[in-house]
Formats: sequence, structure tokens, C-alpha cells
Amino acid sequence: MADGGSGRARPVTPESRTIAIRDGAVSFRVLSAGRGPHVVYFHSFHEGGGWSPFFDRLAARHTVLAPLHPGVEGSAGIETLENVLDLTLAYEELLDTLGVGSATLVGHFFGGMIAAELAAVFPERAGRLVLVSPLGLWRDDAPSADLLILPQDDLPAVLFRDPGSEAARRWAAKPAGEHEELQAYIESIQRRAAMAKFVWPLPDKGIKKRLHRITAPTLLLWGDADRANPIVYAEEWQRRIKGAAVRLLVGGHMLLHEAPEAAAVAVVEFVDR
Amino acid sequence: MKICFFHLMPYRFLPEDFEHKYRSVWVDPPHSLFDPEKCAGLYQEFLDELEFAEKSGFDGLCVNEHHNNAYGLMPSPNLMAATLTRRTSRAALIVLGNSLAAYNPPLRVAEEFAMLDLMSRGRLVAGFPVGTSMDMNFAYGIDPATLRERYYEAHDLVIQAWTRPEMFAFNGKYTQVRYVNIWPQPLQKPHPPVWIPGGGSVETWEWTAHLDYVYCYLSYYGYKRGKATMDGFWEAIGRVGADDNPYRAGFLQLVCVADTDAEAERLYFEHVHYFYQKCLNVWEGFAEAPGYRTIKTLQTGTKPQVGAQARKIRQSLDWKQYLDQGYVIAGSPATVRQQLTECIRSLRVGHLMVLLQIGSMPKDLTLHNTDLFAREVLPHVRDMWPGYKDRWWPTGAPAGHGQ
Repeated sequence: MADGGSGRARPVTPESRTIAIRDGAVSFRVLSAGRGPHVVYFHSFHEGGGWSPFFDRLAARHTVLAPLHPGVEGSAGIETLENVLDLTLAYEELLDTLGVGSATLVGHFFGGMIAAELAAVFPERAGRLVLVSPLGLWRDDAPSADLLILPQDDLPAVLFRDPGSEAARRWAAKPAGEHEELQAYIESIQRRAAMAKFVWPLPDKGIKKRLHRITAPTLLLWGDADRANPIVYAEEWQRRIKGAAVRLLVGGHMLLHEAPEAAAVAVVEFVDR
Repeated sequence: MKICFFHLMPYRFLPEDFEHKYRSVWVDPPHSLFDPEKCAGLYQEFLDELEFAEKSGFDGLCVNEHHNNAYGLMPSPNLMAATLTRRTSRAALIVLGNSLAAYNPPLRVAEEFAMLDLMSRGRLVAGFPVGTSMDMNFAYGIDPATLRERYYEAHDLVIQAWTRPEMFAFNGKYTQVRYVNIWPQPLQKPHPPVWIPGGGSVETWEWTAHLDYVYCYLSYYGYKRGKATMDGFWEAIGRVGADDNPYRAGFLQLVCVADTDAEAERLYFEHVHYFYQKCLNVWEGFAEAPGYRTIKTLQTGTKPQVGAQARKIRQSLDWKQYLDQGYVIAGSPATVRQQLTECIRSLRVGHLMVLLQIGSMPKDLTLHNTDLFAREVLPHVRDMWPGYKDRWWPTGAPAGHGQ
């Protein structure tokens, strides 16, 4: 059995294609794999490459679609998108173009905010909603870490439950060679700059006024040692989305990378319920 | 050749262990380190120093804008320029400048610069910086992705507000105004000369060259390191087919003059060290918000002036290294004359800005440095660039050399 159990999923090589909307003004590079009901994943600041073992397991029984945000690694048109509403509309047009009606929307941190926006503005698009440590609310007494600007060397201690873990070390590994390092540095800046545009200087862009519109069954997934996005936010989100469940797993902010199996199992269980 | 006196207005009283105990001089230096009594005194000192510079014969006085910054106590350079309009009568007042994207609406800049131009009877130079990432993205919360676009749009609005003969409507992406019609209008026609202070951004060179403005490189790392940037600027000038008039360029250089080379080290080392170790101690996370520099500029591989890279370069510099690397031109009048001449020639700058109050330098020493520079150095470099006309000098300030 590749799904539901505790065994490690086999690595999957995703298919990559570019989908243009608005006569080419915006284009998305979309990674995909698997067969079955659609799961659409929205990534955050510190996930380069767009694909990770978390998807391998999901892809066993679902069609996983992982678009990269405009401005990130092959997706373009960020300069035409001015705010969160623009981006949300663009994603709705992407789903339309992909022929995806209702799907399970999953997102981490910034991606969680986008998944929630889609589910709030277009409730019919979200069959189920899984928000992994989502961004978008603000509490003065518990500010989320300024992850967009933390220097590379300071990140592992904030992002990972155990900065010495294999997942953390793999994440922090730098490419060999000066040229490769400069290109990786530029890619990282481009990726963060693309998302910063929608959440600078604070992530509270009004989603709190829209969350009541969400009708999809919602799971809030959090690492028990999330040092970037305090767990008090799980309560904030739960309070605002009717019937939302909260589930804590052993992990940090990069839960999906630290515990891909456990996180995928939690998602599959929730989707199958 | 025009020689201008530049003031940063640094807080002189940061604790001995500042750079070890606090992560940044900019954006988040704690208020507990700020003594308002001391700062009130500093403003009087700084203005005295600027006024003394005019009396000593400098062609222009330069002020600039910073926010949340313990080495730049000048969130509003316009206030400083305003008071200088009353206490000076001859020097160009070079405001370098107002960070256009920070003003809402940017017409505020058009208005205040017009006022300064009138109050000084046409001595204003209008500087328009994009603004550093620390100032604009962190202290003022402006999104890095749109900063430059906001800046360009604001620039267009200000220039139009100064030059269009009739009232007009401005339908911008970031600013919409139905009735643009500023009173007062500037004295200089068509408008005060525009100087653009910049770092090493490729887009800024080309834009400045295209609009026929002065480009000023405000580097803290001296003429040797500044050469690559100024060469880049002159190449951009060449690409747009403009002439190579040195008055198209400005450059900031730190200078310390004493009776002898040894005396210079004795008098100035501690203050220079304060500047490089404390004033430039900026946390890496604040050095550059993601998206502040364009991809085109990032691809050139140049690093920001502050942050981790810059810190590595700065750490444990001694007097000899400050001098050898050209960060500071210091020594006897003869030494300074020789190196400053090399600086002006190699960078091809017609507008030299010198920083003579450096770091923790107190007023008496600043006046000493200023006086020696004015008497022993300035007259010897003044005649450089004969035959070139300075088309970017305010019409209300004496033309002096370069006409």
C-alpha cells in the first residue's frame, strides 16, 4: 500500500508545464504528478524547486498540482499583479484553464494565505482546505517571524524543529561553485521578492474580513515547535473559520519538509473523511 | 571644479561596545541609547559646522535624508536646508535629497523644494534618491517590489508640477491628483538642477544619463573602490551618446587633514574607526529587502554597502588599511592634495563632496579639519577641469570655476 500506511512513498518525478492566462500577461509553471481527485498546493517563501517528498505520498491517490507563484522559477507576470486580490483572481483563472473545478486546496504559510483567499473569494473552488501554519493574520503580542529577511544562516534555527536534522541540513546546503552560489542567491531573492509584494511590510491584508465566507471543511495543520508562526495563530484561524479543525504534528515551521510522511497522512485522512 | 561640504549628522555618543552589543545602527537601534539633551546640542554643532564651511569657501553644502538611523539624524533635510537659507548667502544648498516614493502625494517635495529655492534665491540643488532599503522598505514600510516604479512616477509628477504652464490632472498608478497646481513655483527655470544620489544600480545610471542629470555616488568606501561604479556610470553615459563633461558626476570622499601624516592618525583615527565600526554596523537582514535591487543589478554580483559582506571587509581595519584602501584620504595637506587630485581625475568628477565631520568627531576638530582643508587643499584642486561648463549648478549660487 502506498497510501494511508506508514511506509515511505516512492519518489516521483513531476511533470512540468507552463500555463498562460490573460493572453500571456501571467504564466504559471505548474508541477504535477499522480492520478485521482485534485489537490492543489501553494508554496511559501522558503521552498525552492516547487516539489518535495510530501507530494510523493499525496500523488499516490491524487492528482497533485503545484504551481509556482508568479515571479518564482519560471512563473511570470508578477509586475502585472498589484495586490492579494489580483493574485487570487489569477489563481482562479489558472484553475479554470487547468480544468480544475473543486479541489482540495493546500498551502503553507504564504501559500496558506493564498489557499484561504481562494476558498473565501471562490468558495465553490475549495472542496477541502488544508492550511499549514498559514500567514495573513497579525497579533501585536505574537508577531510571526520576519522570515522574508532573515539571513540564510539564521533561518534553520527558526524554520526547523531540529536545525541539526537531515531535513534542515539538506535544506541549507549551498551549491558548489561561485557562479552557482550567486545564481542560487538571486533565485532566493527573486522568490522572496515575488511574495513580499503581497505581504510587505505586514501580512495583515484584510483576510480576517473574508474568512467567514469559507464553507469548505478546513484543517489547520501546525508543527508543535513552530518558532516562525506562533501557535496562537492556530486559534485565531480556527475562531474565524467555521468548523475548522486544528491538528498539531511533531515538527517546526517546515513541517512538510521535516515530517513529510506524517503530514501527508494527516492530509489524506482529512480528505478521505 | 566644485567642492562641497557634506554632513551626515551622526549621533556621536554610541556606547563603546555598540557594535558588539547591538545588531544595527539603522532600523532598530534602541531608544535607550538616545539622549535628547545631547541631540539638541548636536544640531547646533552641525549647523555651526555647515555655516563655517560656507565662510571657509566651500561651493556647496550637502544634506541628506535618513530614517531610524543613529548616524543620520536628519529625517528631514529640508528643515536643515531651510535654516541654512537664512544663515548663508552664497553656497549652493544641495539636498541629496528627498526620497520621492516616501511622500504622499509626492507633490509635497515639489512644494518644499520650490520654497527652498525661493528662500535661498535660487541656490537649491534638488536631489532625488530612490532611498536606501533601510529607509524606504524598513523604516517607512514601502514594498520593495514597487519602490522604483513609485519613484519614477513621483519624479515625473514633480518635474511636471514645476514645468507645465497650466494646472493639470495626474492619473498615475500610485498617485492620482485632479488639480495639480503648486504654489509657489521654483525660482530657477525650468527647475532647480537635479542630482541623483545612487548606489551602483545599472538602471539608475542609464536613467540619469538619459535625463541629463548629475549622478552622485555616495560611497563610504572611498575612491579606489568607487572606481568600478563610476566607470560603469561613464560607460552608461557613453552608451546614450552624451558628452563626458565631468560635471555630470559627483562623488563623496571622507577626508582628514592635519599638519603632518602622523598628526592625522593621532587626531582622527578614533573618529574614523567610530564611523566604520559603529555607524556602518547594519544587520544583514536590513541591508537589502528582497526585491530592492533589480535582477539586472544583482547579476553584476556587487554587494550592498552594508550588511554581512561589508562587515567582513570592515572588521579590524587599522589606520593604515583605511588609508591604503582609500576609504579615507588623510594626512598632511600635501598628502591629501596629491590623493584628492588622483581621486578627482580617476573618477572624472566635477562635483566633489567631502565628508569632514566623520563619526564621533567633535565640533572643534571638525572646524580644524574644515579650516585646514579650505586653506591648504581646496585652492589647489579648484582649477581642475578647465574648459568644461557646469550646467548643473544652481543659478543663484556664484558660478565660480567651471563656467
